[in-house]
Amino acid sequence: MKSVFWQRLDRWARRLTPFGLTLILVLVNVLPMQIPGMARVMPLLPLIAIYHWAVNRPHLMPVYAVFIIGLLQDALSGAPMGLNILIYLAVYGIVAAQRRFLVGKSFAVVWLGFTLITAGAMFVGWALASSLFVALVDPGALFFQYLVSLGVFPFLTWGFVRWQRTFLRQM
Amino acid sequence: MAQRFAYLGLVLMAFALLLLGKADVTTIEKARSQITDAVAPILDVMSRPVATLNEVIQRGRELAVIREENARLREEKARLLHWQMVARKLEAENDALRSQLRYVPGPKASFSTARVIADSGGAFAHSMLLNIGAQPGISKGQSVVTGDGLVGRVESVGSRATRVLLITDLNSRIPVLIEPTRTRAILAGNNTNRPRLIHMPPGSTVSPGDRIVTSGHGGAFPNGVPVGLVDLVSDGAVTVQPFVRRDRLEYVRIVDYGLKGILTENEPSSRRSTEAGKAGQ
Repeated sequence: MKSVFWQRLDRWARRLTPFGLTLILVLVNVLPMQIPGMARVMPLLPLIAIYHWAVNRPHLMPVYAVFIIGLLQDALSGAPMGLNILIYLAVYGIVAAQRRFLVGKSFAVVWLGFTLITAGAMFVGWALASSLFVALVDPGALFFQYLVSLGVFPFLTWGFVRWQRTFLRQM
Repeated sequence: MAQRFAYLGLVLMAFALLLLGKADVTTIEKARSQITDAVAPILDVMSRPVATLNEVIQRGRELAVIREENARLREEKARLLHWQMVARKLEAENDALRSQLRYVPGPKASFSTARVIADSGGAFAHSMLLNIGAQPGISKGQSVVTGDGLVGRVESVGSRATRVLLITDLNSRIPVLIEPTRTRAILAGNNTNRPRLIHMPPGSTVSPGDRIVTSGHGGAFPNGVPVGLVDLVSDGAVTVQPFVRRDRLEYVRIVDYGLKGILTENEPSSRRSTEAGKAGQ
């Protein structure tokens, strides 16, 4: 009896890790890094996480979890409420629809998928922000954030894959 | 099917949030502060090791150039001593003249110091969170400064965290003076590291290297707080390089000058602007 309880709790805790890790990345994303120019080109760490889990373990990264992650990101970063939620949901939605092209493919294909899908989502975000502010938002910063995100993607994904193999083997 | 429905519902909700943020700023700001208040203690703890690590790296770097730095500082000290003499003389002269003119001095300022616990600057917003909550002397609209100059203004105050709108944010407008010519202008942020000067009177001259200080017009900021140097002047656009280097910010000061120019949270923005218009007439 007792052991069943602990097993369930263990299972639950493991299942929550993709969501929990992504929330932590949201916090890391807004930490003051004190590296010159870093605040401007901060990679979109939560987006990489959402993409990874949406491809590999979609049932552990349900759509409402994506919503909450976006909400936290918007609240902390001071961006218009809803903007990052929409960007994250857009990436999530495209991945959900195109999942069969991404699952079990080589890393290069997954990376390429991230490159294309994120570019689309960022453009949507940029257009939304520009129309909200009624001013053209400087696309330069967004573009560099995008490039840095592409560069960080392999490292973060490697970490996630390790995590997956260690803790989420049967899930 | 249910998945798809939930997805669409949440997308619509996000859109609704965006629109609500435009229509009802107060509600959204309150919700935002609730979330930041809840997370602030975690950010406070997380930002400490980052700061410590940076300090260690910084020290290592300083060690490498300590000799040159020393020579430079000695030279600077000599120069500043001269300036100190000049300033003392001017102060005495000022005092004497003030007493003859019955000059009424401005209100005394009081400071609160806070640590930066979050710094988010991407393309959408340039703001910071400070680890100080609602207490006497902290309220919306106050200016936030460091020894270098103006950082921004307090945008909202929660119970555990305070949000600062940086002068580089798209929504930041600050009345400034171009110091050499005493020309008035507005410093407008644009979400890049180089805010622009707008609303300059026609025919005014400005050249790279001119110092920009706050003008105190509008009663929101005190006058004379250093802001930056004019960086580039091209037709139609004057950009400013702020004195404050955002990546160096660790502690900032919130200054209470007792000014009431920027408006409390309860006032709707439409009434605000008409009142400001009336006051200006």
